[in-house]
Amino acid sequence: MRKLDADRNAGSISIEGLTRRFGAVHAVDGVSLDIRAGEFLALLGPSGSGKTTILMSIAGFEYPDEGRILLGGEDITWLPPNRRNLGMVFQRYTLFPHMSVLENIAFPLKMRGLGRAEREERARAALRTVRLDQLGERRPAQLSGGQQQRVAIARAIVYRPRVLLMDEPLSALDKNLREEMQIEIKHLQREIGITVVFVTHDQTEALTMADRVAVLDHGRLQQLGAPRELYEAPQTEFVAGFIGETNFWSGSAAAAAAPGEAVGVRLEGSGVMPALAVSRVAAGDRVRLALRPERLRILPGAAEGVPALVTEAIYAGNATTLMLEAAGGQVLRLRIPAGAGLPEAVAGEAVTLGWQAADARAFGVAP
Amino acid sequence: MSGGAPNRAGRMAVNAAAYAVTVFLLLPTLIIIPMSVGPERFLRFPPAGFSLRWYAEYFRDPDWVAATLFSLEVALLTALCATVAGTMLALALVRGRLPGRGLVELLVVGPVIVPHVALAVAMFLVFERLRLTGTLLGFTMAHTVLALPFVVFTVLAALYRFDAELERAALSCGAGRLATFRHVTLPLIAPGVVSAALFAFIISFDEPVVSFFISALDRKSLPRKMFEDIDYNISPTLAAVATMLTALTVLALLLGFVLKRAAERRAAARSG
Amino acid sequence: MLGGRRFSPAASLALAAPFLLLLLVVFILPLATLLHESLFVPSPGLGNYAHALEEPVYLRVMLRTLRIAFLVTLLALVLAWPLAWVMSRSRGLGLALLGAAVLLPLWTSVLVRTYAWMVLLQRNGVINQMLARLGLIEQPVRLLYTEGAVVLAMAHVLLPFMVLPLYSALKGIPEDYPRAAQMLGASPWATFREVVWPLCLPGVTSGCLMVFLLALGFFVTPALIGGPQQMMIATLVSQQVRELLDWPFAGALVGILLAFVLALVLLFRRAVRLDRFVGQA
Repeated sequence: MRKLDADRNAGSISIEGLTRRFGAVHAVDGVSLDIRAGEFLALLGPSGSGKTTILMSIAGFEYPDEGRILLGGEDITWLPPNRRNLGMVFQRYTLFPHMSVLENIAFPLKMRGLGRAEREERARAALRTVRLDQLGERRPAQLSGGQQQRVAIARAIVYRPRVLLMDEPLSALDKNLREEMQIEIKHLQREIGITVVFVTHDQTEALTMADRVAVLDHGRLQQLGAPRELYEAPQTEFVAGFIGETNFWSGSAAAAAAPGEAVGVRLEGSGVMPALAVSRVAAGDRVRLALRPERLRILPGAAEGVPALVTEAIYAGNATTLMLEAAGGQVLRLRIPAGAGLPEAVAGEAVTLGWQAADARAFGVAP
Repeated sequence: MSGGAPNRAGRMAVNAAAYAVTVFLLLPTLIIIPMSVGPERFLRFPPAGFSLRWYAEYFRDPDWVAATLFSLEVALLTALCATVAGTMLALALVRGRLPGRGLVELLVVGPVIVPHVALAVAMFLVFERLRLTGTLLGFTMAHTVLALPFVVFTVLAALYRFDAELERAALSCGAGRLATFRHVTLPLIAPGVVSAALFAFIISFDEPVVSFFISALDRKSLPRKMFEDIDYNISPTLAAVATMLTALTVLALLLGFVLKRAAERRAAARSG
Repeated sequence: MLGGRRFSPAASLALAAPFLLLLLVVFILPLATLLHESLFVPSPGLGNYAHALEEPVYLRVMLRTLRIAFLVTLLALVLAWPLAWVMSRSRGLGLALLGAAVLLPLWTSVLVRTYAWMVLLQRNGVINQMLARLGLIEQPVRLLYTEGAVVLAMAHVLLPFMVLPLYSALKGIPEDYPRAAQMLGASPWATFREVVWPLCLPGVTSGCLMVFLLALGFFVTPALIGGPQQMMIATLVSQQVRELLDWPFAGALVGILLAFVLALVLLFRRAVRLDRFVGQA
């Protein structure tokens, strides 16, 4: 039995050049990722992005074709799952239906050869951690979905693993319970200082819970960063489109620019507008402009900007969304938060649009 | 919904046909029961009175008792061997990477597809040479082969119903492969395994064809003894034996049914 | 599937070993020995097979076997269809009772059921007694040892093997399909012909194949109900072995039977669904 390691780095995970192929498909394609000890990291991506395969490789249920996985500096790539000493919470709880709640939680301790008394004591303590002290004697089937999920968490942390892996653990819960559990899991993680690797396809969940988010698409790591970074400064077109709402508008660079520099973009059917180059662009290069709906502004009077026609105004309480059509048939969404005193518009009105250069990110388009 | 008069008439005709077939299925077997308690030497329906003399006759006859005990012995051993070997194979098929899997699957259905008379004659030939006819070992091996397909398919069904993710959960909890099987897989497929054993028992206990050929004069199974008696004289003792055999089958089926219900309740509770 | 929890090929083979060993010794070896006998004794060649196929007596037995197996299949299909249909539309207690009526015979000893038919059909059997009491006959009629009796009893014994595949095929047809057909103007008969029957064909094929295969090699019922007059191939094999000790010739008969069965199985490979007969108890 492995004891809890006092070493601060014991809970760090290094994934180096991980590749997993299923036939001709690269489920994971050369992903490298460093997860710090005590960090809450979300693996975010659409289905087929490889996020679950990465988690299963860490857990030991998948073996990679290339690359290795280090846990606290130790290579665990080929170690069988039962000897990795990681905690895992599955999508559908997977509590053993023939055991009581307490027996479920004590199971990993039994497998580690602990005596009955210590098992009982530690299982009860874990049950208290997830605030289910009274339900130890019940069968899993007698618990609600949220309670089952808490038991699954208790079972995964009772042997004090260095890392807790979670495979879309909240997807089976309804919306309210899900939001409640998100906060609860976050608190629990801080409390016991465990490293958490959390797979989800829900961007809100990832942004809410994680210290850092790894965005994946088609088996490749698109961007790794803090939630704010991902939203404010997406590094690829995919990330800009996947996280939050985004308008895309094609155009060409009016001048050459290095990454992070301001650049004018000649928009299709419109004039030149300011933007920020994400990658290096040469004059005349095709670019795609990403604009957040809430960063678009209706300019007052005869200011210089992009003329557009309001086709629809949708009132949603906390904000009003305008559907706009600009020259060249470009369709845009614009969001006006309520109560900020910003100018509004009604359907059929002609308006002029503008934005800050920093809010328009220009991605170079591969020719 | 109502489909109109002709529709309803058609449905009633189909229903009537279905229930008539049910009666046809059950009646011949059930009619034996009242006849087995008739007092006369000749079977009559309805019986002329009530008497258990033919049951007593059966228990007094050392030949019948010996054949029954031998069949019991064979059936118990068969249930044991077939269940163990069949469960192991089912595990290899579902959880393993078995080389030549297609061939193995063909072998599984083999004993069902090959006519039993062909198998029986072939076994007779080889068993004679190996001096296995009329032995416990010979009977057990033969019946185990006949029962194996049913065991394999029953356990396979249980394994497919079983949520494999639970095994992963056990592994993630630190359980090794053997501990996972012992603490998680086996308890959850147990109803399937037990009904497989029941199937194997009934198949062996009732098996007439192979038994007919590999019995010896002094050591025969119950079906072989019945076969001989039917061939020579349709005595009421046979009706008593048939009734008891049917009762045994009903019991086994009921037991299987209860087990299946228990397993289903467990599965339903899990998904609920 | 998932790498971390599958048995290695070696471990899988070890798990399969008891099964493979048993089948090798008690299945493959005996059949191979018998077929070897048929091909090499008394002299190598197809002499035993030619003998079986040229002698009119044996040819007649084989043709009768085919005819009876065909009639049994047909009768079983006609009897099983309405029952399977009603089962597929029932739920709860009704289904449980009908299911029990099918499963009980399936697991009741073939000998017991055959014996029951003998009791019914013999000279002073139940049917003759009834007919006499009703004044329909004066002399007992000969029912036993007729081809009709063999077909009837075999259809009875094999009926569950027809009902179960039919039932699972019919159960898979959603209630709304026939309803939709009727809403679209189909008569009940047209609904059956155009919608239900085509959809349950896989079950029909599967059930017919199963019953036909089992009927071809059936031993107990033909031997007891048919007697020597209505001899089928299984009884012939038994006679060759037990009375004449002619192993090579019996081997040839088994070889012919096996060739026939295997050809049918290969032809209808997909229809052989053994799992339908278990797991339903």
